[in-house]
Amino acid sequence: MASFWHWWIIILTTVTIVGITWILLANRKRGEGTTEQTTGHAHDGIEEYDNPLPAWWFYMFVITIVWAIGYLIVYPGMGNYPGLIGWTQLEQHREEVAAADERYSEMRSRYLAMSVEEIAKDPAVVKMGSRLFGNNCAQCHGADGKGRYGFPNLTDDDWLWGGSPDAIKTALLQGRRAAMPAWASVLGDEGIAAAAEYVVSLNGRTTDPELTAQGEKHFQMYCAACHGPDGKGNAIFGAPNLTNGIWLYGGTREQIAHTLRAGRNGVMPAFGDSLTEDKIHILTAYVYSLSN
Amino acid sequence: MSELNAALEHSTYNYKVVRQFAIMTVVWGIVGMLVGVLIAAQLAFPILNFDLPWTSFGRLRPLHTNAVIFAFGGSALFATSYYVVQRTTQARLISDKLAAFTFWGWQAVIVLAAVTLPLGMTSSKEYAELEWPIDLLIAVVWVSYAIVFFGTIAKRKVSHIYVANWFFGGFILTVAVLHIINSAAIPVGLTKSYSAYSGTVDAMVQWWYGHNAVGFFLTAGFLGMMYYFVPKQAERPVYSYRLSIVHFWALVAVYIWAGPHHLHYTALPDWAQSLGMVMSIILLAPSWGGMINGMMTLSGAWHKLRTDPILRFMVVSLSFYGMSTFEGPMMSIKTVNALSHYTDWTIGHVHSGALGWVAMISIGCIYHLIPVLFGKERMYSTTLINTHFWMSTIGTVLYIASMWVNGILQGLMWRAYNDDGTLTYTFVESVAASYPGYLVRLAGGAIFFGGMLIMAYNVYMTTRKDVAAQPLPAGAAQGSHA
Repeated sequence: MASFWHWWIIILTTVTIVGITWILLANRKRGEGTTEQTTGHAHDGIEEYDNPLPAWWFYMFVITIVWAIGYLIVYPGMGNYPGLIGWTQLEQHREEVAAADERYSEMRSRYLAMSVEEIAKDPAVVKMGSRLFGNNCAQCHGADGKGRYGFPNLTDDDWLWGGSPDAIKTALLQGRRAAMPAWASVLGDEGIAAAAEYVVSLNGRTTDPELTAQGEKHFQMYCAACHGPDGKGNAIFGAPNLTNGIWLYGGTREQIAHTLRAGRNGVMPAFGDSLTEDKIHILTAYVYSLSN
Repeated sequence: MSELNAALEHSTYNYKVVRQFAIMTVVWGIVGMLVGVLIAAQLAFPILNFDLPWTSFGRLRPLHTNAVIFAFGGSALFATSYYVVQRTTQARLISDKLAAFTFWGWQAVIVLAAVTLPLGMTSSKEYAELEWPIDLLIAVVWVSYAIVFFGTIAKRKVSHIYVANWFFGGFILTVAVLHIINSAAIPVGLTKSYSAYSGTVDAMVQWWYGHNAVGFFLTAGFLGMMYYFVPKQAERPVYSYRLSIVHFWALVAVYIWAGPHHLHYTALPDWAQSLGMVMSIILLAPSWGGMINGMMTLSGAWHKLRTDPILRFMVVSLSFYGMSTFEGPMMSIKTVNALSHYTDWTIGHVHSGALGWVAMISIGCIYHLIPVLFGKERMYSTTLINTHFWMSTIGTVLYIASMWVNGILQGLMWRAYNDDGTLTYTFVESVAASYPGYLVRLAGGAIFFGGMLIMAYNVYMTTRKDVAAQPLPAGAAQGSHA
């Protein structure tokens, strides 16, 4: 803080506190009880008594002022002056985090040394993981981990990016970005309808044979690069399997056509910066336990 | 209305604008509280958002706050300040035309708010959501208001300026400054602008404004009301002139500092947080000064409370004022704030002030004013005023008690953690636990709202020329009206 503002704050604060103290003391009428005497002026018939300030109220006012001055000596408040005890909210936060780390790090590092598969069988870890999940993951994936439109189900065997402990941990640490391009300008309306028809045919639904054949050509040309020639997907890109009847963005003809036209951008945020490694390890074990 | 106005025209004072604002106080009270009841119901039953953008909680909540603060509270302040400034200076408003402009201008602001907020046009600043063209209109109306008010003071026929006018004057000046500074923005179109401030500075300006909307609009202005109507209704002198002086100057000097307590434990620098908290603690005594002066004015007239429900409205409003101005400094202490912040406790605190103090003192004053303004001896039905009084009191108590319980419950659930260091509850569990409180709050709000409908009926019957007042209940008396 520049020295101008430092003094600006000190002077304004001091003037305010001294000013109200002065007005309080200047209007005190000592040693007198209530009176029937009025100030002498009347406004629309309303008169005012010249009663003294109630003593208890006067002392309450004085106490708050004295306390305020004391607080501003002990704590920061007067511009750059740090206060007698040098308290800052940042330091308080650091101390509380350090105390928590010290208290829990031994237990957590014990788990960190063990494999995910191993601790996923430990009821204490699963319980801890479920609480971490409830406050960090449930907002999207649901309290039961079963997901919803746009957010994958974590309890089945179908994994967009792989279901191994390492793959789950990577997703938690670094997040995931699944980008499917928009094909409207490449395929046109007819091409989109044909490609959608072919994707519908991949999970055994009845389709128009001619349109399906036309769509297959588009699929092999544009889609197979990520989803594979058989449409079974590829965990390297997070490209979903299109043949198993599990749909992140809906599996009706219209929904599939929309996905083809406009593309999709699925984002899972990275937690590597907000959760410590040991917590991520425990969370990985919990997510792993949901389907294993 | 022209025939009616001619018949009711006061020989000295401009009562027309007072009458207009007094009636609109009741109308906007009903509208604002109805929206409040709806959004309280939405929190308990989300289906009532109707899955439409215009009726969603996020758009209706600012409509509720703007309607009750600026439409209901604002109309009450205009009505009472125009009435009080004329009666206590013995001078007519300096300009009937300018006064009429403030009425129609203010109503235009309210209607524009009621249209633009549900359409999703918002500056996103709490209690200052209206977009820049409406902000400009507010500024023009407010400056006109200041000219009418201070112009009338200037041509007063008495030497002293009565204490009620200090409070009204302080409120008018400060709200002008707050509104203009906080609403400074860069327009990018007719319905969109960006704040002139950024980051922490924007937050601090916002809460400097926000807390003083409470301190000056909802406190100083209503204390002005209190200082005229309580001694009038009680027919007693004001308890202490000295106390008026001390608590007025201390209140206006200290309130302006208290905003940072809304930003405890945020990116706001430590020094600013400390000053906000320290000044909030000092604010306790100046706030209570107003309560004491109002309450003690009744000494020698306590028996009137048994028979006069209008006086009862005023006294209970002062009690709620005292309670919420104790609660406020307490909640500004960092340790308490760490528990209460972001919980329903804040909502409860606001409503003990808004329903208990602001609404109840306004209702009492309007009941005092309506017969005077419409040339009647008293309100149509004293029994209905009494019914309204009990509905308001019970509604307020249910509202604030349920929010205390919810707030403390939420605060404790959010900070609870297990032996393994994980949080005991997920956020959504605290929402589920709040459900009973939401139901009680809805009931309290609905009861308070029901009282306003009774008031509307009573006011309507009082204004009718062909209807005489009902006989007073046995032993009842309403203070006479000068």
